[in-house]
Amino acid sequence: MGARLWLSGTWLGLLALAALFAPWVAPHDPLAQDLFLGRLPPFWMDGAEPGYWLGTDSLGRDVLSRMIHGARIALMVALIAGTLTCLIGATLGVLAGFYRGWSDRIISRLVDIWMAFPPVLFAILLIAVLGPGLLSIILAIVIIDWTRFARVIRAETLSQGAMDYVASAQVAGRTRFSTMIAEILPNILPTVIALLTLEMGIAVIVEAILSFVNLSISTDSPTWGGMIAEGRTSVHQAWWVLVFPLFTLFLTVLSFSQLGEGLKDRFDPVLR
Amino acid sequence: MSGFLDIKGLTLRLRGGPTILRSVSLRVASGKVHGLVGESGAGKSTIGKAVLGTLPRAIEITGGEIWLDGVNLLALPPRERRRRIGATAALIPQDPLTALNPSKRIGPQITRRLIDILGWSKADANRRARDILDEVHIPDVARVMRSYPHELSGGMRQRVLIASAFAAEPKLIVADEPTTALDVTVQKQILRLINEMRARHGTALLFVTHDLGVVSKVCNSLSVLYAGKVVEEAQMHRFFTQPIHPYSRALLAATPTYLDPDGSLQPVPAEVIQEVETEVHQHAQRAGYDV
Ligand SMILES: Nc1ncnc2c1ncn2[C@@H]1O[C@H](COP(=O)(O)OP(=O)(O)OP(=O)(O)O)[C@@H](O)[C@H]1O
Ligand SMILES: [Mg+2]
Repeated sequence: MGARLWLSGTWLGLLALAALFAPWVAPHDPLAQDLFLGRLPPFWMDGAEPGYWLGTDSLGRDVLSRMIHGARIALMVALIAGTLTCLIGATLGVLAGFYRGWSDRIISRLVDIWMAFPPVLFAILLIAVLGPGLLSIILAIVIIDWTRFARVIRAETLSQGAMDYVASAQVAGRTRFSTMIAEILPNILPTVIALLTLEMGIAVIVEAILSFVNLSISTDSPTWGGMIAEGRTSVHQAWWVLVFPLFTLFLTVLSFSQLGEGLKDRFDPVLR
Repeated sequence: MSGFLDIKGLTLRLRGGPTILRSVSLRVASGKVHGLVGESGAGKSTIGKAVLGTLPRAIEITGGEIWLDGVNLLALPPRERRRRIGATAALIPQDPLTALNPSKRIGPQITRRLIDILGWSKADANRRARDILDEVHIPDVARVMRSYPHELSGGMRQRVLIASAFAAEPKLIVADEPTTALDVTVQKQILRLINEMRARHGTALLFVTHDLGVVSKVCNSLSVLYAGKVVEEAQMHRFFTQPIHPYSRALLAATPTYLDPDGSLQPVPAEVIQEVETEVHQHAQRAGYDV
């Protein structure tokens, strides 16, 4: 049984707990500035202050506390945007792949048109229209990325639909709708789950990028992307302000994709 | 004589495209085995699908009647048609790999129809599933019922599918090349099993195949299909002794196992193909189809 499932699950679990209980877990107020404590190094280096485990930024704010609070926003976006994208994209994909005909033509055409836009440009354009903010980020992710689900799930549904067990179910009197729900859906679920967790990872990245270019929420709520942007300007004097959030971001995105792969194998009866 | 399954003048075509079946008529008498032979793409599976109501939506029925147990299926509303088919007919599919739902255990896949269509209790359905699996010589029935399809061998899966088809005591089974996907040794056992089950349960069988050797072993009568048209319908013995249509004669000549087991494989001669093509065209023109 996969070590990656456990490793990624553990990391994401810890992160979720930290995010959920951020006010109690974080050692400091993430917004509290203290210019006398600016650019403190992490705990193992000379000049570290006890209590500031991962050091402070140039304004004297605690890096660890800011990262923990940043996890709230990252995970919230991941959860909401990922789930919504999945619901919309997978539903359209299943409908197109199962009913084919005109529903497929419309949905597939829409996907083609959609995917002709470069996603990053699309995102920035959307945010410009919607205005910066958490809701806009979530909306942008959903609006851009539903095609990823629709395309893959449509193909998967199409191939499942061509299998003889579907014909057998219909000879046995199942309606088309109940065939879709009860026979086909369980077989595409592993793929849906893998895509969903992957999408959560993508949502985390997108949120970080948009925070990085300052299109996310107001600058005083800590976000990983915002921290990376700030850390970049002082990387020679205080590398830790950049490296810790960057590493956390990397680990989180990796964990999401690994969790997806692990769960897929777990759920797939043929591989189980 | 009217059959248990009586197809009259069935004509199908791809929506906005070519005709796939041209006025096909065939009968399967109660408890008898009717073979349906023809080369790949002739429309054999399509006939089976039309009978079982599983035609893809790209195909539309433009004419004809399908009488099953005295009722014209095509005249029924969809719901009622589904119920009737579910209660009287079943399918033994070609590919045992894809014919069982990979994410469901064997037991529920067999009992589903009994519970859904025939309204059996779960306990009765389970008992029935165990009995019928036993009947197709499956060892360790309890374990198999709990297994997922991928845990069984191809031959075993085909046995499960046969059991599943017979479970609800259908009066007609459509077997669409039930042995093509299996290796030769297993093929024989499966063929024997289908025949044995069919005889014991008195089930009529529409047996789709492109193997005349198989037909000669299990069928009472057969229809030869070419390009969506029945070119010959005959009793078994008459067909093998005096095939009428040139295409049938060519098919027989191309089947070394029957007429001359040691003979080399003869392709269907080009002039015969030409002859059939011409005939199909003439027929189409008479009937006003586009080809
Ligand atoms: N869904 C579909 N869309 C388009 N064409 C189809 C479809 N289903 C069947 N056809 C066409 O109908 C014709 C008959 O196909 P069918 O599968 O009935 O042939 P078959 O005799 O069963 O052949 P095989 O021996 O290969 O199984 C073929 O020409 C095929 O291309
Ligand atoms: Mg076929």
